[in-house]
Amino acid sequence: MSSLELRDVHKSFGEHEVLRGIDLDVAEHEVVCLIGASGSGKSTLLRCVNLLEPLDAGRIWLGDEEITRRGVDVNAVRRRIGIVFQAFNLFPHMTVLRNVMLAPRDVLKLPRAEAEARALELLRRFGLEGRRDEYPDRLSGGQQQRVAIVRALAMRPELMLLDEVTSALDPELVAEVLNVIRELAEGGMTMVIATHEMSFARDIANRVCFLEHGLILEEGSPNEIFSSPKEPRTQQFLERIIEAGRL
Amino acid sequence: MASEGDRRSDPEVERRSRLLGGFHFHGEGARGVAIALLSTAVFLTVVIVAVTQSAGWPEVKRTFFDWGDISSSFPDIARAFVLNVKIFLVCEVFILVFALVIAVLRSLPGPVFFPLRAFAIVYADLARGVPTILVIALLGFGAPALQLTGVPTSRVFWAGVGLILIYSGYVAEVYRAGIESVHPSQEAAARSLGLSRFQALRRVILPQAIRRVIPPLLNDFIGLQKDTALVAFLGVIDAFNQAQIDSAATFTYGAYLAAAALFVAITIPLARFTDWLIARDRRRRQTAGGFA
Repeated sequence: MSSLELRDVHKSFGEHEVLRGIDLDVAEHEVVCLIGASGSGKSTLLRCVNLLEPLDAGRIWLGDEEITRRGVDVNAVRRRIGIVFQAFNLFPHMTVLRNVMLAPRDVLKLPRAEAEARALELLRRFGLEGRRDEYPDRLSGGQQQRVAIVRALAMRPELMLLDEVTSALDPELVAEVLNVIRELAEGGMTMVIATHEMSFARDIANRVCFLEHGLILEEGSPNEIFSSPKEPRTQQFLERIIEAGRL
Repeated sequence: MASEGDRRSDPEVERRSRLLGGFHFHGEGARGVAIALLSTAVFLTVVIVAVTQSAGWPEVKRTFFDWGDISSSFPDIARAFVLNVKIFLVCEVFILVFALVIAVLRSLPGPVFFPLRAFAIVYADLARGVPTILVIALLGFGAPALQLTGVPTSRVFWAGVGLILIYSGYVAEVYRAGIESVHPSQEAAARSLGLSRFQALRRVILPQAIRRVIPPLLNDFIGLQKDTALVAFLGVIDAFNQAQIDSAATFTYGAYLAAAALFVAITIPLARFTDWLIARDRRRRQTAGGFA
């Protein structure tokens, strides 16, 4: 059964057509990496799946439920989907623990003790327990991003969307965040990951999709895409990446 | 400002700037303080000499600066001033709540909420456009004259309503500036976790917005504290009216000085407190800048 299904998704910002008919199927426990130049539509695609951006046309299913139908409860849909942003977007007026507990408490209406236990278990698992009472601006970028991942996981989502989660990090902090994602993948989490980290994508993805100008130009196993891409545009893109020393 | 970095670590300077709140000696050190004291002394001497040498000074001195007048009227005025403080404290609470509602209405997105947004905009424009004294006169004389059952006829009550209506216009704008200063990505993060629009506003946006606007809010309340004297216009005996009564009895103006001293005694601490909050906020932002 497919966990996420996109059919002919279109999205424009004003005159600019960012998504021009995206079809994508993600199976349960599958990790799909979206690669492509900046502006190819990777982030917009993730934001559309989370209903942060309304579609212009097309349909999206999460499990059996069409989440783009009229009158859908967007808050209920978002409870099932975790998203992590490039810029972390932690709540700066809350401690790490309260950042993580907010949604379980206010949205899932968990009792305080249960929400706290859930949050602490996740913080412990990702080596952040000692930071529970710190405010986000006291943490390094890598720690902040790990907290953001934990915050999303605290809702026990069935799908995680990661939007270039290492792009705002100093190079030496990238690995700690990638290790967390790797652990999630090993745990069977269904994920769609927009990323510029090609070696990571090659390593972790079950499938890689190359986006250009709002279309999935080519998709396949990491081996197919990175070792023998069919499309000339994909080849060009990867050549530029190799030149830049990032593969 | 260039050497601010190494100075900030000096605990002595830190302590002094905290004590003095908004007073900054940019020369710094003992020499800076000495220069500041000397220039203040020279300035005051010039002003005092100029005023006391003027032709009208003996008459002004008799009518305004008679210590006997000032001190004898002080107890009456202080008693009346309690009313000003009461009006201030009660109005402040209502303004904080009412203005927040107006500001939130104005920040509602989408075409559905257009009427509410329009109401909030028209309200803020009117409240800030009409002179306070007019509103107080209209409500203070007009509303009791209606003699509606169940509606208070007290002029103090209606003057208070007038102050609340006017100041809510200003305070709503302050809140709005705060709400708009919170980056949209904060709302996106909250909504993406499944929080409703209202939950995101209450738990994520407003706490950050209000924290940022506390100094300008206090600034508006300094203005409100002064404007409580406008109730005198309705014949209510507040500090200003009591001063007028005393002044009419003695044909001198010392009572006004006594009233002014009382207002200043409240507003100056508020102003220094505001300065201190602004300075603390700036320090926090600077120290937090490291990782952001």
